[in-house]
Formats: sequence, structure tokens, C-alpha cells
Amino acid sequence: MDTLLLEVAKISQSYSKKTVVNNLSFGLNKGAIGCLLGPSGCGKTTVLRCIAGFEPIVGGEVLLNGVKVSSSNFSLQPEKRHIGMVFQDYALFPHLTVISNIIFGLHYMSRTERSERAAEMLEIVGLKDVANNYPHELSGGQQQRVALARALAPKPDLLLLDEPFSNLDVNLRERLSLEVREILKNQGTTAILVTHDQNEAFAIADEIGVMQNGEIMQWDSAYNLYHRPTSRFVANFVGQGVFLSGKILDSSHVEIELGVLEAGISNQHASDKLFGEGCNVDVLIRPDDIVHDDKSSLKAKVLHKAFRGAEILYTLRLPKGSTALSLVPSHHNHAIGEDIGVKLEVDHVVAFGQITQ
Amino acid sequence: MKSEGSNSRGNSYCLSGSLQTVLGWRYIPVIVATLVLIPVGTVMLSFLSPTGEIWQHLVETTLSRLLLNSFWLALGVATSSAVLGVSLAWFTAVYDFPGRKIFSWGLLLPLAFPAYVLAFVTLGLFDFTGPVQTSLRSWFGTEPFWFPNIRSRMGVIIVMTLAFYPYVYLLARNAFLTQGKRSLEAAQSLGLNSAQGFFKVALPMARPWIASGVMLVLMETLADFGTVAVFNYDTFTTAIYKAWFSMFSLSAASQLASLLIIIIFVLIVIEQKFRSRIRYAETKQSSRMAPIILTGWKSWAVAGFASATLFFAFLLPITQLFIWAIDSFAEEFNQRYLGFLWHSLTLSGLSALLICVISILMIYSVRRHPDMVSRMAVRIATIGYALPGVVLAVGIYIPLAWVDSWFSQMAMQLFSIETGFLFQGTFVVMLIAYMTRFMAVGYNPIDSAMQRVTFNIDEASMGLGVSGWGMLQKIHLPILKGGIFTAATLVFVDVMKEMPITLMTRPFGWDTLSVRIFEMTSEGEWEQAALPAVVLVLTGLIPIIMLTRQAEK
Repeated sequence: MDTLLLEVAKISQSYSKKTVVNNLSFGLNKGAIGCLLGPSGCGKTTVLRCIAGFEPIVGGEVLLNGVKVSSSNFSLQPEKRHIGMVFQDYALFPHLTVISNIIFGLHYMSRTERSERAAEMLEIVGLKDVANNYPHELSGGQQQRVALARALAPKPDLLLLDEPFSNLDVNLRERLSLEVREILKNQGTTAILVTHDQNEAFAIADEIGVMQNGEIMQWDSAYNLYHRPTSRFVANFVGQGVFLSGKILDSSHVEIELGVLEAGISNQHASDKLFGEGCNVDVLIRPDDIVHDDKSSLKAKVLHKAFRGAEILYTLRLPKGSTALSLVPSHHNHAIGEDIGVKLEVDHVVAFGQITQ
Repeated sequence: MKSEGSNSRGNSYCLSGSLQTVLGWRYIPVIVATLVLIPVGTVMLSFLSPTGEIWQHLVETTLSRLLLNSFWLALGVATSSAVLGVSLAWFTAVYDFPGRKIFSWGLLLPLAFPAYVLAFVTLGLFDFTGPVQTSLRSWFGTEPFWFPNIRSRMGVIIVMTLAFYPYVYLLARNAFLTQGKRSLEAAQSLGLNSAQGFFKVALPMARPWIASGVMLVLMETLADFGTVAVFNYDTFTTAIYKAWFSMFSLSAASQLASLLIIIIFVLIVIEQKFRSRIRYAETKQSSRMAPIILTGWKSWAVAGFASATLFFAFLLPITQLFIWAIDSFAEEFNQRYLGFLWHSLTLSGLSALLICVISILMIYSVRRHPDMVSRMAVRIATIGYALPGVVLAVGIYIPLAWVDSWFSQMAMQLFSIETGFLFQGTFVVMLIAYMTRFMAVGYNPIDSAMQRVTFNIDEASMGLGVSGWGMLQKIHLPILKGGIFTAATLVFVDVMKEMPITLMTRPFGWDTLSVRIFEMTSEGEWEQAALPAVVLVLTGLIPIIMLTRQAEK
């Protein structure tokens, strides 16, 4: 079941001496949906284009079904890779109708097979009504679906999606990303998504690689990226939170200004000697780690508040002057400047060695 | 200050309001449109008027030949310009090969040549007595050997293709730059190789642009007078000229012109259709992508192809032109020559000024009254670019001559005064003809600059208390400045190059550079035509430099 479909091994790519992708590796099982998540300019789109074969690589290898398709001195033509692509601007063919766009990649099929497959795709993406319209007559969301249907029609081994929702408004983005996941899963498609939007990544992908400066910082599930980040960059980039300085008491206790945290320090750095007893560390505190409790003796002052419907995100000043975030059910409506009771509720501690000055 | 601002906010266009009463400028587009419709109407009416002996003679002897000549010429130039323009556009837009950057703008340089200049230089170079054949003969001995006859239909087609392919190149390249590589990638991701991708995706996607370019080429070809005159290749334009100036039959001339107008109008309708399609086909401009690098023999083949085009369309003719100009400089550069130059500059300057002023008035008029009548009037007023110069000359001369004779008769009858001709043989005819022909050239750049002054900008300005003349000075003028400058330059250069209108309607003794070129080339005096041609080519370079500068931004 778990057969490796795509293997990206230590690939590098550079434009005129500037390294864009640096020694990057990851693998993807058949049927899985992966995601490359990162800020703009981190090289994620370049990785996608290298996999598609639109760009040569200067080092490393790309293997598809165990067959080498790219290396530093070889590149299989893109059209021979059986890789589908959904472009950021969709790249729909404006001179062709929706149905002709979808049929376009089915040139190897017979005429009847073609129209059957196209009808099936139209059904799947729910565009039967506009089959004979031209792309410019469609809404952004509809165009996006045509692009997906066109790419999926030839049943590619791998589907690449380059920022597929960035041209849509926020509401549509959320709905469509769930829809796309369902379609991909129903079709059993292996896919890689590239995005800078973590909500999109969380909604669609099984595994996510967070990228920075052409490298993958962490390849993990959404849960682990949020709760068990292995680097400060990932901790900062995924979700919200603050770092509070603390001191390690023993292997399962850390003291921060709000009290002693009693939890396993689940971190690959745990063996590091920085994490020995008495070491100073920075502890990641997420907004859900600080819970509002009127009865608590620990008080914090409200600096800002952002109403989010079900919850309010408070920015708090802790007694010793550092700030922290807390997510509180919105019926606990406090004014700015008010002191409110808080308590810590931390399941496990994420800590990083303090940067020595 | 403040109260003034709030007053004018209530009466939002007090400026245009007050000017309107002075100029009645609501009607300016309608007046200009009428100026276009009069020559067209005159020429078309002649189709209905009784046919004279000369017309009968023309139909019997030359009409079928004219039609065939024009047809083959149009077909030949259109196809070969399309092939040359599209292939060069594709290579320079999507691939990287040695010299690509230089070729991308260099291949536009032939636009600097008026087609008739390229024609006489090519003829001079490759004719039997020209340097190429002469030196070939001297190398291979004196016995006659075969050389393609340049004075042929093929010769005209080659010269016009080299002169006009940049229209297709420019438009197609635009299309390929914005969508070429992306569409190729989309096709590849669907299993097509790059050749299939070009023919099945990139080419069909660029079709509206290519068709638009080819239509421009067709109109230029049908309107051309100078090139076919140099080659003695009879088409409608030369026939109209001959009917008027050799057979002295204005009615035959205008009847021929009416046939040409019908053909042109069919083309205009087709062209407008393609234009409207461009709007649909235009995708959001995706970021410019790195070109595909060509290696080995392919890169040299492409570079060689581009170099050959550039060599024959620009480098070779301009070198020969300069050699002739230098050879004949001592003899030709004299008081008379300065006279030609002065006449050309005066006419171009006056036309540029006139067209810019009228364009601005029309633009404000439409802005103030964006109704059907104004819009239609502007469309008609700017369609003159499609009318061949010879047709306009005939169409404007006839009604003015009629007004002249009516006026002098009236003066004679009522006051017994000998008025002579008021319009014939004056500037007025020329300027009206130029204005009709080149209105679009001036109107479009100013209009597109005006598009940037949205009504919200006007309202923001008025909201800040600046309106009327203040708004015109502080907001409109600075934004329009660039567009006006472009418009004036383009009109200036076009009028400099213009040949048939100038030739047929100039006041006595008002020879310009282009008229001089016509006279010298009709006698085969290539060398003496070179010095005036150099000036035209150099001024022709100005808009190309502007164009490439714009593209680089």
C-alpha cells in the first residue's frame, strides 16, 4: 500500500549563482497529498517546477515510480512524465471551450473514450452547465475547477498545484480547498500543493514541508508542525505564539515566569547538552496554552483584543513584563487595561536553546 | 479659496461648461467625423455617377489587371509577413539564443524605412546595373548569367514584406511574451511536445494578435503608393494617380478609388472583429518567465535567420543609402534641398499641432458627453488611418474644388469680384487630408493617457478644493503630457513619410522630401533620392526608440 511514488533526493537549483533550492529531499507515497508551505521567495515553486521538468536541476535526483526523471545532466521532457499541473493563473486556453480544455490532454484516447472521460470530469467538478462556455465567461472559482479537471483528466501519476487558490477570495478559498481534497482523495490522486497560506495547507494536505531559503525545515503532519515544531522558524511561521524564557529543572520540569511546567520536553534537542539541568531555554507558548480563569490568582493585564466571533484573542502583559497571547471564549469580554485571571494548561513543552549573545 | 472649491464641487465641470459655450465643443467629434465622411461620401457617390469614356476605357483595358495585381500583392505580402513576423516573434519571445536581446528590438528597425525608400534602395542594389549584379558579372566574367529579376511581382512582395513584417512581429511578440511560455508548459503538462504545443496552443491563442497585425499589413499594402510606383507595378493607387494626373480625369480617379474603398472597408470590419476578440483572449499577465535556452546548431540556425532578416531589411539598405547620400552630398545639398527639408518640417509640425489640439478637444468632449453620438463620431473620426492617401486626396480635392467654383461664381454674380481659388492649391487641402488620415495616430496615445485620469481622480481633486483650470494644470496636464508628446512625435514622423497626399494636393512649388524622392525615383536617379531619404529614415527611428524604451520599462 505504502509505495513510494515520488522521491526527491538532495536536489539543488540556482539562478545565476543565487541558490534557490539547496540540497532538498523528501518523498511522497502513492495516494498521499503533500504540501510545500513557506513564505514567498523560499523556493517552493521552483521545487515544483523541477519536479514537473520545466526547470533543470544542478544537483541531486528526482525519481518517479523509482525511475530517474531528473538529475544534474539529464531531464526527461515534461510531456513524458505523466505529471499534471494546475497553474497559479490556471493557464486555461482562452480559445477553447471548457470541454475542449478538458479534452485537450486526452489525445491518446479514442474519440468516445475522450468524451466519456471529459463528461466524467465535468460531473466531478460540477461544471456540466458551462461545458460549452469559454473560460472568460466563467467566475474565478469555476476557472479553477476547469484547471483541476483539465489536469486530472489524463489520470496523471502525480498532480502538482502551484498556489491554486491565491486568485480567489478568502471564503471561496476555504470551501474550494476542502472540495479539492475530496476530489483528489476520491480519485486516489497523489498530489503536491505549493502555498504560502497555512490554512490552505492544513485543509488539503496529509503531510506538509515547511520551507525556508530553499530548504525544508520540517516535513510533518499539520498537528506536529503546530504542536511539535523542531525549529524556531517553524514555530513562528505556523500558528501564533510567543517565546517565554525559562529554566530547565530536570528532565520533565521547566520553570517559566508563570510557574513550573510539568510535561515531557518532547524535542529532538532533548539530548543536547544545552538542555541539561539549569539550562536557560525559550519555551513556546501558544494562545491555547494560556487559559482564562477568573478564579486564578495569576493576573495579566489586557493590552489588545481581537474579536473573532467564537473567541477573543487577547494580548496580555504578564506580571514580569513579557507579553503572551490567549484565546478565550468570547463571552468572557474584558476591557483593555483590565487585569484578568489566567492559568497555564500545557500538554507538552516545546523549548529551544536560548540564543547566546 | 475654500468657498470657491465648494462652489465648483456643486457645478462639477464648470470648466468644460464655460468652454462649451465658447467653442460648442460638444460638436467637435461630429465635425471631425464629417470631415472623414465627406471624402468617403464623395468617392462613393462617384460610383453612381454616369461613367465617362475614360472609365469605359479603363474597364476594358486595365481593370482586371489592377484587380489581379492588387490581389496577388496583398496575398503575397500578407502571408510572407505573417510567416516572417510570427516566427521571429516566437523565437525572440520564448527562446534564448546568441544576440536575442539585440534582435528583440533590432527587428523593429525596418519600421524606420518608408516602404518606398526600401524599394528604391533594393532596386538600386539588385537591378541589372546595380552593384550586386555588376560585381557578380565582373567576378564570373562578362557572359550573361541568370539572376532573379527584382523588377517583378516577387520583388515588390519581398520589399513590402521586409518593410511591413514588423507590424506582425510586434503584435505577435506581445502575445507570446505574455502567454507563450506558460501556454507551452500547460500543453507539456498535458503530454504535448514543444512543437505540438506551439501549433496547438501558442499559435491559436495568439491568433487575434497575429490577425490584427496581418490586417495592418494588408491595409498598408493596399494603401501603398510609393513602393509600387518605384517598381512600376500597377495597382489601384498608381492607377488613381495616373487617371488624375496623366488622363486628367478626376471622375475616373474617384471611381477607381471607390472600388478600393469597398475593399478596405471589408478589411476594417474584419479587423474590428479580431480586435474585440483580443479583449477576451487577454489573460492576466503572468510574470515574465525565463526563456528556454537553445543550444548547438539550433541556436545558430535561429540567430542566422534573425540576422539575415535584419541584414536585408535594415543593415544593407541603410548602408547603401548612406553611401549614396555621401556620394551625392556635394551636388545635392543646396538651397533647394533646404527648401524641401523646410517644407517637410513645416507641414509635419503644423499637422502634429493641429491633430493634437483636435484630439484633446475630442477627448474632453467625449468625457463630458459619453453618449452614443459622441462615441460613434470618434470612431468615424479615427478611422481615416485605413483610407489610402490617394483616395483621400481625390475625395477631399473634389468637394473643395466644387466649393471654390461655387464661391467664385457667387462672388462674380453678386459683387463682380474675381476671387480666384480659395482652397485649391493651398495648405488647407493638405492639412485636412493629413488630419483625416492621421487622426487615430494622434488620438490613441492621448486617449490612453486620459484613461488614467479616472473620474475618481477628478472627484478626489475637487474634494481637496482643486477644480477647473487648477485641476487641468495640476492633475490632467502632467498625466497627459507623455501621451501628447508621443502623439505629436508619431504624427510628425508619419506626415514626413507621407507621399501620395503630399504629391497630389501640394501647393505649387511646395515640394517636400518625399515629393523629391518620388520625382528622382521615377527617373531612376537612386543616388539623388538618397539624401532626402536619409532624413526620413533618421526621423523614422525616433518612434522606434520610443517604442523600445517603453517596452523596457
